[in-house]
Amino acid sequence: MATTAIMPATPASRTAAQTLRIFQKETKYEFLKLMRTRSFSLSTIGFPVMFYLLFGVANRNSFAGSVHIAKYMLAGYACFGLIGATLFGIGVGLAGELAAGWLELKRASPMPASAYLFAKCASAVAFGLIIVTLLTILGTAFGGVSLTPIEFIKMLGLTVVGSVSFASMGLLLALVVPANAAPGIVNLIYLPMSFLSGLWMPIRFMPHWLQGVAPILPTYHLSQLMLNVFGYADSVSRLTHWNALIGFSLLMLGLAWLIFHRREQSA
Amino acid sequence: MPLSAIAYETEPNFTEAPISAQPSVATLTNITKHYGTTRALDGLSLTLRPGEIVALLGPNGAGKSTAIKILLGLIAPTSGICRVFGSNPREATTRTRVGAMLQVARILETLHVREHLDLFRSYYPNPLPVADILRIAQLQGIEDRPFSQLSGGQKQRVLFALALCGNPDLIFLDEPTVGLDIESRRALWLQIRALAAQGKTILFTTHYLEEADALAHRIIVINKGRVISEGTPAEIKRIGGARTIRCRTRLSLDFLETLATVTSAKLAEGSVQIVASNAEAVVREMLLRDETLSNLEIASPALEDAFLALTKN
Repeated sequence: MATTAIMPATPASRTAAQTLRIFQKETKYEFLKLMRTRSFSLSTIGFPVMFYLLFGVANRNSFAGSVHIAKYMLAGYACFGLIGATLFGIGVGLAGELAAGWLELKRASPMPASAYLFAKCASAVAFGLIIVTLLTILGTAFGGVSLTPIEFIKMLGLTVVGSVSFASMGLLLALVVPANAAPGIVNLIYLPMSFLSGLWMPIRFMPHWLQGVAPILPTYHLSQLMLNVFGYADSVSRLTHWNALIGFSLLMLGLAWLIFHRREQSA
Repeated sequence: MPLSAIAYETEPNFTEAPISAQPSVATLTNITKHYGTTRALDGLSLTLRPGEIVALLGPNGAGKSTAIKILLGLIAPTSGICRVFGSNPREATTRTRVGAMLQVARILETLHVREHLDLFRSYYPNPLPVADILRIAQLQGIEDRPFSQLSGGQKQRVLFALALCGNPDLIFLDEPTVGLDIESRRALWLQIRALAAQGKTILFTTHYLEEADALAHRIIVINKGRVISEGTPAEIKRIGGARTIRCRTRLSLDFLETLATVTSAKLAEGSVQIVASNAEAVVREMLLRDETLSNLEIASPALEDAFLALTKN
């Protein structure tokens, strides 16, 4: 071969500090992007807040036995809010960036793919934390909800867990759903799932035959873990809910990985 | 002897040292790429050398974008070898030396120009200073605007700026001047030439044949996934079509057709029209034999004609 390449690539392997800076900038701008995209930030924060005011705070004096409805609904709308932020932020966001060719341009750069995924996850977590904190403030200020600091910290911890878990579903949706249909399809999955899992109203108030659907939904297991913080969960053991949530996340991740690799091969 | 007009091409000479003597920056060797039953690339080979501007020219679906995506390591070839700086284009160390401008529908609309640059610069170990990027891509004055508020041409220039962020040695530009007005297009050509003068290698695709003619040191014409012609713009024109000689002469058509390299001779509007690949030799012979020869014109085919002739089959 007459044309041998004799220019060695400079061994410019990144230092840990540089890698950290990429993760930090990627996350910062992902969060800024979501914050400035009003259609995202207003609706993902606005809807759970509005619903909680209507169906949670309005029930400040309702009790079912020892269960304070406003506090019970705080757990439900916390889950509703954090799942919405994750599915729309990651599912719809990633689908759009894939379709626009933006992700391809980033893949052509030396950006580590992990930084991109981390930024998406971290931003979803951040929105989840904002939503849950807002709801908690509203609940304690206007809904007569009393919360110990430990309970609040546990809620925030579960928010992180829930966001990361549903991020796997967002990833899968982004890969299989066409970008222009993504918001509609995410709503078609997210809204019925939220309703059937008792995120909008306590599950015990629903028709009996509908209650049977809940245990197959990941939203149900997350909400039961959240309710458990207040001692409001059903009789099923916590371990079952954890297993269900982890199993769901692994299933989504596995499917996403499979689809991604099949695409890579045919690309 | 009235020679009313002699129009012929001189070959532009861009570089002092012969580029072919230098080592390669990137090579595609016998690349094929199949998508199901369709063949996007069919035994494509090309070599890029330091400091040269190469145009990849071809009709839609010829495989231009596929070739660039393989060079960027975005897609894997079905067979063949792709080397960029002597290694796999997918490696991060290779990618730090490469910049790319792809055909992107839109990028994050709510981020400002400066923020986009800040983010992309962070990916590279030795990024170009922001001020330099803004100057080269002519983004001064709009650096604090969100991407969504930019005009089509400004958006295009932001994408060009992103390709420069890492101060790359090799730059791929897929249809870089699409949507630019003629003034910004020429301004971009100047910047691309300046980058090549610094020793950077540039491969671009274009639909503007005029652009390939004006900007490239070398044109690679591809069609149906294979190289059909390669050379300087002048060479491509010569390969693509013989030149046309028009004049008034007493020489007979039968005689003219016997001259070397003449492919046709006919009468049109009182003058003869001769098509020949070696026009100079034919004209010399004609002038010797006919002192009354007048109204001489020699026309090169436009690059467009050459291109159409090359890609017709």
